[in-house]
Amino acid sequence: MSVPFLILAAVTLVGACAAMLFRGLVHCALALAVAFAGFGALYLNLGAQFLGLAQLLVYVGAIAVLIVFVVLLTRGGDNDSPPLSPAPRQFTGILVATAIFAILAWAIFHSFAIRTPGIPAPQATIRQLGAALMESYALPLEVIGLMLTAALIGAIIVAMKEKLGPQ
Amino acid sequence: MASTVWIVRYLWLIPALPLLAAGIGALLKQGQRRFAAALAIASMSLSFVLAMLAFAQALLHPERVFLNFPWMQFGSEWVKLGWMLDPLAAVMMVMVTFVGLLIFIYSVGYMHHDENFTRFFCFLSLFAGAMLGLLIANSLLLLFMCWEVVGLTSYLLIGFWYERPAAAAAAKKAFIVTRIGDLGLLLGMVWLYGQTGTLLFYDHGAGCMEHSALSLLATHTVSFGMAASTGIALLIFCGAVGKSGQLPLHVWLPDAMEGPTPVSALIHAATMVAAGVYLVARVYPLMSVSPAASTGAPSSALEVVAWIGALTAVFAALVAVAQDDIKRILAYSTISQLGYMMIGIGVGGVAVGIFHLIAHAFFKALLFLGAGSVIHGCMGEQDIREMGGLRKWMPVTFATYAVGALALCGFPLFFSGFWSKDAILHAAHGWNVSQVPFYLGSVGALLTAFYMTRQVCYVFFGTRRKGAVPDPIAPSEAAASDPLEAAHESPTTMTAPLVLLALFAVVLGFIGTPAWPWLQGFLEMRHASWDFRQLAEDGLPQLMLASSLLVFAGLGLGWWIYGRRPIKHAADPDTLERLQPAIFHALHQGLYVDQFYALTIQRLAWWAASFANWLERWVWNGLPLALAALIQGLGWMDFSLDRWVVNKGFDEGCNSVAGSGRLLSRLQDGSIQNYLRLVGAALAVLALFLLLGRRG
Amino acid sequence: MTPLAGCLLVASMLFAVGLAGALTRRNAILVLVGIELMLNAANLNFVAFWRFGPHAGAVTGMVFVLFSIGVAAAEAAVGLALILAVYRHTKTTDLRQLIRRRQ
Repeated sequence: MSVPFLILAAVTLVGACAAMLFRGLVHCALALAVAFAGFGALYLNLGAQFLGLAQLLVYVGAIAVLIVFVVLLTRGGDNDSPPLSPAPRQFTGILVATAIFAILAWAIFHSFAIRTPGIPAPQATIRQLGAALMESYALPLEVIGLMLTAALIGAIIVAMKEKLGPQ
Repeated sequence: MASTVWIVRYLWLIPALPLLAAGIGALLKQGQRRFAAALAIASMSLSFVLAMLAFAQALLHPERVFLNFPWMQFGSEWVKLGWMLDPLAAVMMVMVTFVGLLIFIYSVGYMHHDENFTRFFCFLSLFAGAMLGLLIANSLLLLFMCWEVVGLTSYLLIGFWYERPAAAAAAKKAFIVTRIGDLGLLLGMVWLYGQTGTLLFYDHGAGCMEHSALSLLATHTVSFGMAASTGIALLIFCGAVGKSGQLPLHVWLPDAMEGPTPVSALIHAATMVAAGVYLVARVYPLMSVSPAASTGAPSSALEVVAWIGALTAVFAALVAVAQDDIKRILAYSTISQLGYMMIGIGVGGVAVGIFHLIAHAFFKALLFLGAGSVIHGCMGEQDIREMGGLRKWMPVTFATYAVGALALCGFPLFFSGFWSKDAILHAAHGWNVSQVPFYLGSVGALLTAFYMTRQVCYVFFGTRRKGAVPDPIAPSEAAASDPLEAAHESPTTMTAPLVLLALFAVVLGFIGTPAWPWLQGFLEMRHASWDFRQLAEDGLPQLMLASSLLVFAGLGLGWWIYGRRPIKHAADPDTLERLQPAIFHALHQGLYVDQFYALTIQRLAWWAASFANWLERWVWNGLPLALAALIQGLGWMDFSLDRWVVNKGFDEGCNSVAGSGRLLSRLQDGSIQNYLRLVGAALAVLALFLLLGRRG
Repeated sequence: MTPLAGCLLVASMLFAVGLAGALTRRNAILVLVGIELMLNAANLNFVAFWRFGPHAGAVTGMVFVLFSIGVAAAEAAVGLALILAVYRHTKTTDLRQLIRRRQ
């Protein structure tokens, strides 16, 4: 447990909490971007360079921005999304989350992960990644391409302004 | 002894013909009046002819002839019935058919305006048939059967005008009161059959009126030291008490006057009420036998008969003095004369009583038919206070009525009533048990003369009281001026029988005078000689003188009170009433016997009926009621079970299913965050299980 | 506490935060945000296992995460497009109001 890891984890955590706690939607979106960045940094820390940068590119660059756009487009009226109010329903949600976390933590602490010593980072070059993608995971790659296309078209159609007849 | 004489063999035709006429008459329609009347009169005429033939046979051979036949078998025993012809039966048959025929003819005129003409003649024929059957019966059972049919026809005829409640009530009363008497008769019959094993009167020595049976009964003693013969005789006498209107069962006779007058004449004067006397005459051997027969004292049964007869005679005569209805006077007079007949049989034997019966039949029928004629002439008026002076308007009726009245009073020498009543008084005078019946009979004779004179004065003398028609107007003028108010003489169909009966009322006396006691001899099957000397012996002249004096006294008293100073208006009180209102009123009400019965016996009967009703409803019905209640309870329980347990259970089950459904549906309320929470929770639980399982 | 355990712990913490937010926030967009966080936490798990796991040489973990990122992107795009469409119809992105309207 090195210090950089801890700092980065803290940043990510704070960003995530902020994203879930802020009142203003834009603030949430920006906090989310911070969280995403934190994630990317964590990946870099763990030695997955391509992944970290891909994370930054996709998540921070596209998804967070997309979220900001949508927030801005759906403004008016419900600008203030009330934060966690101590209603029973909210309590249930937090309870469930806490329970999940508790169980996961408990699982972690009772699993082999505690005992696994640290090992040096593996070598995962871009070349290897590209080779893997093109050879072993060619089909998934094509499929994901197809899926992205479908998602693209779908999103456009769904979000398109409806041109209805006489209305 | 069974005879080959054809009249004896065909004796049953005498009652059968009227019965046949009744049977056919029942099928006729209302419109076939002439046919109905013709049928009845023809059958009665034929019966009369046959009865005359039987009488002739009995005259030639004065002996008892009978014919028995087995009727019904039960077990190993046979019940036998039979008919007989003896002088008593012959005389009675002639009287019944002759008087009946005259009354039938009279009814044609009297019931002319009635719409139920055919029904009337049907019932009359039925009565005649039953009465004649009663007369020829050789078996007490057959007699009883005919007795009951006679009672039935009496009921039917009293209540002939059944729409009138008074008539219906009177018919019911007659039937019930005679029924009480008949119960005694039935018990006596059963006892007799139990003791002797036969109900035939005469059966070659085996009959119950014959020596062997009688000695058996006389020696057999039951409780109270009474011989069986006395007990049976008294029970049989009960039937006679009811049927002949003796005290205390006399109450039905006055009310029976609700029926049409021919009915009153035939049934309640001449024939049916005489059936009781005839019954006593028939079972006279039984009544007269006693354990103390050797001492010559009469049996206790006959004593009872004589006493009851005497009391009835005086009682009825007293009550008759205070009556206002023309027929009620005659009804009480009948009761009184029946009492005399009972005295006669009780003290003097069959012949004495039957002589009076025969004579009485003729003059009482005459009086009733005369009263009917008066009523018919007065357009239905029956109250004597409303009548008066009718001798000018209805001369034939007056003449015949006067003859009948004198006969009833016992006017000396020329009228039948004198000889017959004198025979009774003579026998009573000679009775060695007690002289009281003699004195009572004498008082009764006085009263009889008195009330008959009262009636005759009220009806025929004086002035016409109804309406405002003054007396001096001649009948023809009155008829012209106001036909409704004018009384008129009756048609010939009604007056002709009156004349005939009047003739007999006079002539019949001579068949039983002491100078030539033909009837007595005939009945006792011995020769009677014409001997004027018999008039002088045995204290007879003094007796005849005494009774004549009594009659004159009664007539004189009646004339003096009622004839000389008749009441002017209908509303005026009777002279006696003015003098002694309380006594008069008590007599008028029949000495309160009816009221007494209403208070005691009727009330008792009502209570018994109520009790029986209660018993029926709650005790005998109790079991079905309880069962019904039980089943009802079970049903209710079943219903409740069904409603509250099964249905409710089912409903609750369905409700709980619906409720649980509703509950479960909250899981799918559309809130995705809820879904997610559930998923999360489920995941947590699953993970827990997996981890725990792994470790465990 | 091995580095792996630490990574996993962090990842589970981030997952819990994302889950809590997705379950409790009323705005649809924030639910989506929560979901993205959860996905990212899962990705972190994968990467951690790839880094500290036995088959360190293989790039399976990384490839999986790459695909995950791709799918997440597609899904975010479509989801946000849906939210936009719903917003145009109902003028709101409040989940509770949307649910009530639908009921």
